[in-house]
Amino acid sequence: MKTTAELIADDPLWLSIIKVVAIFAFGVVMTLFMIWLERRVVGRMQHRPGPNRVGPFGLLQSLADGLKLAFKEDIRPVVADKWVYFLAPIISAIPAFLAFSVIPFGPDVTMFGHHTALQLVDLPVGVLVILACSSLGVYGIVLSGWASGSPYPLLGSLRSAAQVISYEIAMGLSIVGVILRSHSLSTSDIVNAQEGGWYFWLLPVSFVVYAISMVGETNRAPFDLPEAESELVGGFHTEYSSLKFALFFLAEYVNMVVVSALATTLFLGGWRAPWPLSAIDGGVLNTGWWPILWFVGKTFFFLFVFVWLRGTLPRLRYDQFMRLGWKVLVPVSLVWIVLIAASNALWNTPGVTTGQRLIFFGVGIVVLLVFALLLPDKRVADDEEFVPVTGSGYPLPPLDLSVPKSPPRRRLPAAPEPAEREMEPAAVAAADKETGDGSL
Amino acid sequence: MTGAELVFVPLGAVALGSSVLVVTTDQLVRAALWLVVALGALAGCFLLLAAELVAWVQVLIYVGAVVVLLLFGIMLTRAPIGRSVDLDSGNRVAALVVALGTAGTLVTVVVGGFRTASIDLGDGSAGSAGTVGAGLFRYWVLPFELLSVLLLAALVGAIVLSRRDIGPRARDGGED
Repeated sequence: MKTTAELIADDPLWLSIIKVVAIFAFGVVMTLFMIWLERRVVGRMQHRPGPNRVGPFGLLQSLADGLKLAFKEDIRPVVADKWVYFLAPIISAIPAFLAFSVIPFGPDVTMFGHHTALQLVDLPVGVLVILACSSLGVYGIVLSGWASGSPYPLLGSLRSAAQVISYEIAMGLSIVGVILRSHSLSTSDIVNAQEGGWYFWLLPVSFVVYAISMVGETNRAPFDLPEAESELVGGFHTEYSSLKFALFFLAEYVNMVVVSALATTLFLGGWRAPWPLSAIDGGVLNTGWWPILWFVGKTFFFLFVFVWLRGTLPRLRYDQFMRLGWKVLVPVSLVWIVLIAASNALWNTPGVTTGQRLIFFGVGIVVLLVFALLLPDKRVADDEEFVPVTGSGYPLPPLDLSVPKSPPRRRLPAAPEPAEREMEPAAVAAADKETGDGSL
Repeated sequence: MTGAELVFVPLGAVALGSSVLVVTTDQLVRAALWLVVALGALAGCFLLLAAELVAWVQVLIYVGAVVVLLLFGIMLTRAPIGRSVDLDSGNRVAALVVALGTAGTLVTVVVGGFRTASIDLGDGSAGSAGTVGAGLFRYWVLPFELLSVLLLAALVGAIVLSRRDIGPRARDGGED
């Protein structure tokens, strides 16, 4: 019996190319389908039909929208940084697809006479690769906001940079729990280690922290502050149009699929069939091509939760959001990691009786309780200093809120000839160009 | 020369070239982007040396977090689009001397310490997570912990500096 990595190493080149194309197609088709599904489900939740004109049930709506975007004029603001403005959508789309390469879609199958695994590569540090890719994707957002040269995208990208970095820490810490349990960083090993039990109930705290931080990491409602349309017009992609805008859309949805697939892999047993089905005929449903069905099904469960959250929850305020990340998710994950490490050490040490283990755990719980009691009470008065509350108890932002200026442009480009007049992005940016000073 | 060596040389050249561009470009944000290229090329070098864990941690921490924070800082203060003439410093020669001196010292130390050392990249276990982890926490645990204390001190210092309700009165005005 070969390991997954050895199986994949034996792949001929054409088989790898087939897998690459299949993964790319999966990402794109899932994007088109998810946009349709989201609009239909949110429509249903809001008592309206949603798109239902193009194709059966409106299924071809996203395709029509994509085609429409491709035929739109590609506008570049005069004050934009040309190269960075062009590169940003590409930088945000490529890592999203890269992360797919280490996700195991299924176990060993025979494909065109070749015995192989349904996974493009199986790296010993696969989980790290996915995390690294999602942290690279943030460059696309940060740079697009800056290079657009107008204030709203800049605000959106600033928010996004802070948000993704904060929630990446919580996400990484929640994954550490899984790694401590499975003793491996490889995605296929993690799926194999879940044969005895899925991690979402063996590691409930890790699962909850991951589920919250994956919504924060993908900038989705209720954590969609970087593109809060009521505050920032469109956020980082306000100045983008045509296919560049489509690339941002693609990146967002592919990222959603990637974090959902990773959640499936880490916590829901990957491609393994759910319990009553896995017992049929000695686990025949866990072999061959069946696992793809379970994998896609579980991924769709997470994707539906994404849509569900968007239809249910209002957007968080920025300070609430940051407080949740840094003061709740990170400390909880740290305590949880210590607990897992301690229980690992206890179980792996020979000669420790069950009574001693229980005593250790009792001591641990007492320490936690003492800490919980020593925590200072929550002071409500603090909040009111920063956010004035009106009579209705509805928090309002301060009235003297100042909007930062757009990134100043030092050297003006040669005055544009009237013949090739380009679109002005925003009046503010144009006015700023006139003054040209760099102070905030 | 093996294939890995053939790729290693251009990767090293990319790392070196983009590092030079970091300090010579006169566009602030592009300097940060060249830094990304330099760190990425370095991660590629680690990959070629079969140090997978170090390579991906390099991408995750340095490329994915540190430079994003740098960009965040640059944009929060002021990040002009286009050239900034005031980025040129009059201390060019002194900076060059210090940089060359530092590089010379580091190269001498590394060459002196590891000239005869060699690792076998054959089975790929030299840079695996297990080997790196065991080395880090068995033989290098003291420097590792010292570094984390250093980082903690930097964190506490940053908080003390940025909070106005503790420490010496900050002068008013300026930034809001």
